[in-house]
Amino acid sequence: MKPKILKKRDSARFLDKLLREYEVFAPVKREDLVVFGRIHSGKEAFLDYMNSKMPPKEMLFPQLEILFTYTSIDDPSKIETPPSAGKPRLLFGTRPCDARNSLLLDKVFDGEQYKDTYYRDRRAPLVVVGIGCIQPCPTCFCTSVGGGPFSREGLDILLIDIGDDYVAQVVSDRGKKLLERRGLEDAGADKLSLVKKVIRDAEASMTSEVKIDGLAEKLAEIYDDPIWGLLTEKCLNCGVCTYLCPTCHCFDIVDEARDSGGKRIRIWDTCQFPLFTLQASGANPRPTNKERLRQRFMHKFKYFLDNYGQIGCVGCGRCVRECPVNVDIRQVLTVLSNRLEVAP
Amino acid sequence: MPDRSERIREAARTLLRKNEVELVIGFEGGTLPLHSTPCFIRKEGEVDRLVWNSFCDNNVSKYLVKRQERIALVTKGCDSRTVVELIKEKQLSREQVIIIGVPCQGLIDRRRIEGKREAREILGAEEKDNQVVLKGAGWTDVLDRDKYLHSSCQACTHRNPVIYDILVGEGVEEDTGDSFSDIAEFGTKSPQERWNYFSHEVDKCIRCYACRNACPLCYCGECFVDRTRPQWIGKTTEISDTMIFHLMRAFHMAGRCVDCGACERACPMGIDFRKLTRKLVHDVKELYGYESGTSLDEVAPLATFQPDDPEEFILSP
Repeated sequence: MKPKILKKRDSARFLDKLLREYEVFAPVKREDLVVFGRIHSGKEAFLDYMNSKMPPKEMLFPQLEILFTYTSIDDPSKIETPPSAGKPRLLFGTRPCDARNSLLLDKVFDGEQYKDTYYRDRRAPLVVVGIGCIQPCPTCFCTSVGGGPFSREGLDILLIDIGDDYVAQVVSDRGKKLLERRGLEDAGADKLSLVKKVIRDAEASMTSEVKIDGLAEKLAEIYDDPIWGLLTEKCLNCGVCTYLCPTCHCFDIVDEARDSGGKRIRIWDTCQFPLFTLQASGANPRPTNKERLRQRFMHKFKYFLDNYGQIGCVGCGRCVRECPVNVDIRQVLTVLSNRLEVAP
Repeated sequence: MPDRSERIREAARTLLRKNEVELVIGFEGGTLPLHSTPCFIRKEGEVDRLVWNSFCDNNVSKYLVKRQERIALVTKGCDSRTVVELIKEKQLSREQVIIIGVPCQGLIDRRRIEGKREAREILGAEEKDNQVVLKGAGWTDVLDRDKYLHSSCQACTHRNPVIYDILVGEGVEEDTGDSFSDIAEFGTKSPQERWNYFSHEVDKCIRCYACRNACPLCYCGECFVDRTRPQWIGKTTEISDTMIFHLMRAFHMAGRCVDCGACERACPMGIDFRKLTRKLVHDVKELYGYESGTSLDEVAPLATFQPDDPEEFILSP
């Protein structure tokens, strides 16, 4: 299917049409923050944004998810799982890094070893329309970790901003189905050459670079290096980096019971908290900042790679922007990469 | 302000050379425009990393607790007040720390600047006299720094460190007094309106605990939210749980909070914590004439009892 033209001034009306068929989630402005939220009118979508404060990960893996509720402790028929969504869901306007990220989450929640029904129920019908980044942020480093400002991975349609219009490229059959019969005209040669230009300019403007080659081996070598203690000294061990990370996916399961009823809840958790590894005996194998921050790096750049063949980072830069004490993942990785092997 | 950076370095160099301290905690340049970042200096040769500018907005007294070394701390007015509280609360001995006091002219709230720029990314920022020069792709902007200070800096009445061993630079003029007009105005709202406001703010919470972890006075070995036996508070992001967390934390701050604003700066979601904590600061001042972190000798009002203590609020909230 040929690329189509979606005029920016028509995009709200275009979304209004899609709202008849889909539950649509798009970037919206909430006070000073841009976040993903369900929209009920095309006008609510705020598409001229850099990136959202929180990734749209919650579409697939909500921070708080009720797994089931029960009203009797004896009668299994009194167990209820939450109803699945009505209309199919459409995620509109996501950035390519966040779209690529869903492929990483698939490996965890829909991989060979584990299949999470809650995740799969959300993931399978989700249609994803992304907007390429004509102006990557200085904190973006997607190109260092296998992505790019116009990466199509994880998308059904990629929109490319060429000024007054978006050029819509179909990536999947599902995307084709969405674009068909919408009355959008084909993009002419002039528009397509503009596409080439904006892509070239954006890629050239990427300034952040992180060396990933050989990093996993290096991390294995320097696991006991005292450098970790120095790198993590200023870290507050809050959950900002992991909770704003599209890829982080650790969770806790808690039961909230009252009398004979209750619910089982899945809730995000993070390796940065002491409670994450606190054992019933009172022992904690990751007692300080050092072990906890090291875990974050080991998991993303070694264990995830060992387990799934890819690193667990899409280079969105949210952790860089939002860390209260400016622990910069790019800087830490550079220091680690340049570290000489320590003698055992 | 480069003069102050140089004088901080000189002080750090001397202290490390004479072995008076093992560690200097201050700030160095950050990896992003408008950022400075806490740094830890142990060698004389590394003191040139230390800087002072309007972006040194972390409260670095956070790093003093549970350490054994003798430490020199680069300390603004607000940081010095939390140092006083930490000493009074026996988390730190006065002898353990050498305070390199920096009279502060207020710190820049980068979110206030970034918010104005929407989709224009700031690629560089420089301070010149009383201005901040921003640079982006093909644009330059000059801002008046005083218009972009943190809200806590705008309300600050202790820009000069209240205690110090070494003072870096001339003292700065203090504001005559915090009028707490924001708190008075908020107090005129109905209880329902106030509750709605807090509910709206707390609803943004993602339970990352950046507020707690950035606060120098949140040093409990085990926070009540982390207790599992018994579990005091639900773990979810339902407002019933998040509200309890924020209200309990505020209660724990009564008579202690110095309104340094570290919690608000750390919060990625932009929650207005200070509306609540400033009410506490205001009440403690009104009821007990006490301003936390301003004197090592004065007993904290909630750590003592007088028969004629005001107590009307117990019966009529």
